[in-house]
Order: sequence, then structure tokens, then C-alpha cells
Amino acid sequence: MPRVFFTRQLERFLAAPTVEVAGATLGDALAAVFRANPQLKGYVLDDQGALRRHVAVFVNGRPVADRKGLTDPIGADEEIHVFQALSGG
Amino acid sequence: MSDRLYAGTRKGLFEMARKRGAWEIAEAHFLGDPVTAVLARGGVVHAALDLGHFGAKLWRKDGAGAWHEIAVPTFSPKPEDAGDDPHPWTLGKVWNLTSGGTDGRLWAGTMPGGLFRSADLGDSWSLNDTLWRMPERRKWFGVAGGEQPGISTVLVDPRDPAKIRVGVSCAGVWATTDGGNTWRNINKGMDNEYMPPEQRGDPITQDIHQLAHCAARPEVMWCQHHSAIYRSEDTGENWRELKAAKPSGFGFAVAAHPRDPKTAWFVPATKDERRVPVDGKIVVSRTRDGGASFEVLSRGLPQRHAYDLVHRHALAIDDSGERLAFGSTSGGFWISEDAGESWAALDARLPPVSVVRFAA
Repeated sequence: MPRVFFTRQLERFLAAPTVEVAGATLGDALAAVFRANPQLKGYVLDDQGALRRHVAVFVNGRPVADRKGLTDPIGADEEIHVFQALSGG
Repeated sequence: MSDRLYAGTRKGLFEMARKRGAWEIAEAHFLGDPVTAVLARGGVVHAALDLGHFGAKLWRKDGAGAWHEIAVPTFSPKPEDAGDDPHPWTLGKVWNLTSGGTDGRLWAGTMPGGLFRSADLGDSWSLNDTLWRMPERRKWFGVAGGEQPGISTVLVDPRDPAKIRVGVSCAGVWATTDGGNTWRNINKGMDNEYMPPEQRGDPITQDIHQLAHCAARPEVMWCQHHSAIYRSEDTGENWRELKAAKPSGFGFAVAAHPRDPKTAWFVPATKDERRVPVDGKIVVSRTRDGGASFEVLSRGLPQRHAYDLVHRHALAIDDSGERLAFGSTSGGFWISEDAGESWAALDARLPPVSVVRFAA
């Protein structure tokens, strides 16, 4: 099953442990994560369900292509990494 | 009189307490996180955060309990027929939090211009759909520092919580008398310097930096507008420019006396193009005669090479009308206990201050 890793920066606000979830697309995989951890959803997605502007997501090292529809396919043993994009000061 | 106040800054919320006649920082909360709005009433404190990466969040502290995250206002899915809406249907930030006058009711004014209501101290929120879906909202436009319009002020009539005036940067003053079921754009008499001549007096183009009302006489309202200071005696329907303002009419913040409808305070700056104090001197201006004349108050404030700007939510007054406090974009912080006659600097170098509120 795909594994989803979250930036440890999130630990300041809430628990976001690494999880294994079923899902053929990024959207499916994240939805499975958020079903178990609803509070996390608003930290990663905006009100319209797109990736937040300053959140970066990689699938096996590739930045995801569809940041709005979350349709990037996910292989059964791939790793999803959710990071904060570099910004601010 | 309030012995406790909160300063929200770009890097944390600072709780200040008065001890043995002097103010000091009692505790720093959310250190490192931008705080965009604060409300402290009846022992309950709300703080709005604008986490750069992870979005806007709301936290609440009940009495001596620990902070806990509560619901944040969210927009519904954007419908197909709203495709040409120039503004996003996603919360930018919570810009102010206001008590709704009845138990548990709160209003949240946000960027990109959504007004939200809670009936349970922020455990859940609902968008005021009628204001958000008015066709005129598409004419609202963004403010300095952001491309999104923002609700800068929500004033709830202390005599009737269904009567609300909302100030928008930039869209003028909006009024409801039925708790938000219907809205009107009011504010006649304002004039701006940043629009083509034929639109200068159009109510919807007015940049309402901040509104304040006299709690005992809420029909008397004050406005620090982008281009001048205005006063209204009919709950915001008609406005008169206060041309006696000095050393300038430009600024962001206004505080109204809670009982005296003729007294208000402002923190002026060199206008618009160059947003620093006039002549490098930080001053507070005060009128006590309804704006016919202004006093320039400077005792205790830096009078040489001071380049602090005070943003719209960063001047606060307590319920007594005697205590005021303000913080600056350079992290300066000053408190007065004599209605602005004299000021004492807080012994601290704060991050840039965005909001100051006394506990009530």
C-alpha cells in the first residue's frame, strides 16, 4: 500500500504520523488519511480541495502535477511526501 | 479598567499584564506564528493564526485551560456559475473577531471578504451567504499587502445585535438591520483620491481602513479612511470629513471613547506614498469635540527618527476609556493610562504588531 509521510513541522500543531493507506490517486490516498485524521485536511488542502499554495507534495520524488484535482496516479508501493514549500522569513 | 491585554504579532501572541502599576509581558503564546486577530472577553480568548504554509487557524483558551484548536471558517465549493468571481472561495485569513452581543455568538471578518458567524464561540462557523452572494461583491477590490478585499471591521450595535455595520477595504460600509439577512452599501459623503474622478464619491470604492463607534451612543461612528478621517452621527449613512485632523488625516487605526461620543483617537502618518510618522515623530491625535479640533499627544512617545507605522487593528482602548495601547510595524509598543495624555513604552522588542486588544 502507498505510504504517506508528513513534514515534522506539522507536529507543532497536530499529530501527523506516517500512514499506509489504499488509493490509486493522490486524492484517494489523502482522502483515506483525512478520514482517520480529519483535522489534518485543512492543513494540506484549501477550501476548494486543492493543495495549499505553500504545501509541496512529492510522489516517489516527483512533484505532483495536478495540484487542484489531485489526480496523479499512485503505485501500490509508492511513497507520498507532504512538505512545506520554502517561503517566508 | 482592564489589567490585561493581548498583542498579536507576525511571530506570536503576547499576553501583557499590569503588575504593581507597570505593564509587562506575562506570557508568549504561539511563538513564531503570525497572529491576525484576537478577542478576549469573559475569560475566553480567541486567536486567529495565519500559518504561511498550512492556512488560517483558530484557537481558543477557556479560562485557565489550555489552548485548543477550534473550527475555522471555510467557504463552500465554488459553484460553476461563479467562475468569473474575481475573488477566491478559500479563506485567506481571519482579519477580525467580534463578539455578537449574545451568548456564544461571534463574527469573523475575513479576507477575501467573507463574513462568518458562529453561535458556539467558534466551534462551528457559517458564511453569511447573502452578503457573499451579492452581485456587487465582485466590485470589491484588494487592499495593501494583499490582492484580496478584506472585512476590516464588524460593529455590532450594543442595543440590538441584529444591527451590524461592516467596514470593507475596499468596498465601503455595509449595513444590516436584520442580523445579516439583507445588506445595503451605505456611507454617503466619502471621497477618495485613488479612483478616477467620476468614481471618487462612489460608496463602494471607499477604502475603510477602520471603523469605530461609541458603545454608549453607537449611532456615532468614526472612520479612518484611506484618504481622510470621517465621522457619522447616523450609524454610518452620512459622513463628514474632519478636516481639522493633524498632523495628517492619513492613518489606519481609530479608537472611539466608549461613552463620550465626541472623543476618539488616531495614530496619523505621512499620507499614503510614504507611510511613516510625520517628521519621524510618533504621535497620537485626539479629538474631544467631535472632530472640530484635534490635539497632538506625544508625551512618552519617540520624537526623533521614529519610523513606526501602526496598522488598523493595532490601537486598542479598554472599556473605561482611560487605557489605550498600540503597537507598531517596527515592534514598538506603548500604553497610556490617562486617555492618551502620556505613554509608557513596553520594555520589549516585539515582532511587527498586527492587532492589540484589551481583555474585557
